[in-house]
Amino acid sequence: MGPFLEYTVIGLTVGSFYALVALGYTIVYGILRLINFAQGDLSMVGAFLGWTLLVSFGLEHLPIYLALVVAFVVPMLGTAAVNLGILQFAYKPLLKRSLLAILITALGMSIFLQNSAQLIWGGAIQAYPPNLLPSSGIFIGDVHLTYVQIGLVVISLLLMGGLVAFVQSTTLGTAMRALAVDHDAARLMGINVDQVIRLAFVLGAMLAAASGVMLGIYYVQIQFTMGFLLGLRAFTAAVLGGIGNIPGAMAGGMLIGLLEAYTTGYLSGKWEDVLVFGVLITVLVVKPTGIFGERVAERM
Amino acid sequence: MAMLEVTDLHVYYGNIEALKGISLEADPGQIVAILGSNGAGKTTTLRAISGLLRPRSGSIKCAGKSLVGVDAHVIVGMGLSHVPEGRRIFNILTVDENLNLGGYLVRSQPRLIKERKAGVFKLFPRLAERRMQLAGTLSGGEQQMLAIGRALMSDPKVLMLDEPSLGLSPILARSVLRTVREIAGRGTAVLLVEQNARQALAIADKAYVIEVGRVVLQGEAATLASDERVQRAYLGGFEAVGTQAELGKNN
Repeated sequence: MGPFLEYTVIGLTVGSFYALVALGYTIVYGILRLINFAQGDLSMVGAFLGWTLLVSFGLEHLPIYLALVVAFVVPMLGTAAVNLGILQFAYKPLLKRSLLAILITALGMSIFLQNSAQLIWGGAIQAYPPNLLPSSGIFIGDVHLTYVQIGLVVISLLLMGGLVAFVQSTTLGTAMRALAVDHDAARLMGINVDQVIRLAFVLGAMLAAASGVMLGIYYVQIQFTMGFLLGLRAFTAAVLGGIGNIPGAMAGGMLIGLLEAYTTGYLSGKWEDVLVFGVLITVLVVKPTGIFGERVAERM
Repeated sequence: MAMLEVTDLHVYYGNIEALKGISLEADPGQIVAILGSNGAGKTTTLRAISGLLRPRSGSIKCAGKSLVGVDAHVIVGMGLSHVPEGRRIFNILTVDENLNLGGYLVRSQPRLIKERKAGVFKLFPRLAERRMQLAGTLSGGEQQMLAIGRALMSDPKVLMLDEPSLGLSPILARSVLRTVREIAGRGTAVLLVEQNARQALAIADKAYVIEVGRVVLQGEAATLASDERVQRAYLGGFEAVGTQAELGKNN
């Protein structure tokens, strides 16, 4: 029983990172029917911005809470600006064209972000300060929970809770949901559709950036290529939960995290991607609407 | 001065001229019906006025201000509300959320939202009962009430309704149209597109008949209702096909 619970804890921790990135996919998809393949790379950008602040600017020497707040908030804002730039210059001119054109552009943006990061931060692996959060922890029964895991999961849950509250109970959030149904009808309500689309890109990027900083804190090592696999796994999570569906993205993220942890624990880390992408293919073949059964993609 | 004033409106779909110079006017408190067969350009006219389509030329004025080239979401704030064909309610949202979105532009004033919502519920008590229900689960008539109620949340000076009675039972259709009369009674200018010409003329003050993108007849609703050409083409039932061409020639 011991290792099973250990793996579960690891799975839920990593899963919450995937969930955050998957939410970005799902919010943008819900409104634009666009898979923003740069989502994982936005997370990488967030990780590097956080690293720059903590290590290059020496924020790690500040009191821990202050350091954490700055190391999350600034990368989230910075990455949001990057995503708005991508929307404005890469996607906007193509919005009225074929969806395939935007899809290919999204892949291009992913490569663009990776190469830009390589130019700015170099190709080498960089390291987050290893002891930002105390590496000790607490025991619940015989399961060891580190403070890092607890802290990161709490931050993830707060971010997800905040997003759900925003989307469910504010008029602006309601407008976002309305856009998933009918853009013209939304315009007739006085909703500035472009503005809400920008909001979706901002939210998606902020969640991705937060997950990037968390990955840095959790795994310590970051590299400009880290967003690629992360993005694909989060995409799998979004599809598994039913893309366009917010609770689905969260559940999907957790499931993929658990799958990964159990695979690594019981089989070997080598099998991780085989199983994760096996899930993607199976879902697409067997139940393309995902667990939560939202209508998928008239245009995908 | 007319609340809504459309002059010589031309709209193209690609190279096809859908509206060939439509002019019409609606005064405060007036119901103005637009009649015509399928494809005549009724819906296109409304979509051009509310900013969903860009006209190639012509002028559209609401309360004296030009609407040409203004974005649809801005036009709503200028006092013009459009209930599109097929209702287009947000079926995954609740009735309440749909109404909130209708008041999107005044969302920072909860008191105003509450007040207007109360007005809508007074007009359509059924919506109050269904408040927390998903809009997609409403009956056709209730969905139409919601679509109209949602449009009223922006407190429009001009209300445009596209086929509000479509798909409703005759009794429900009549009740919806009676409500439209009530809305106009408060001083709103109503532009009403209807296939059901008889009922539309019964509640309208004035009507325009549109054929292939042009106004071919206009006048007092009562006068048009007794006009022989209108009777043959729109009130007579199934012989309409042959007479429509004739109607065009006469003008």
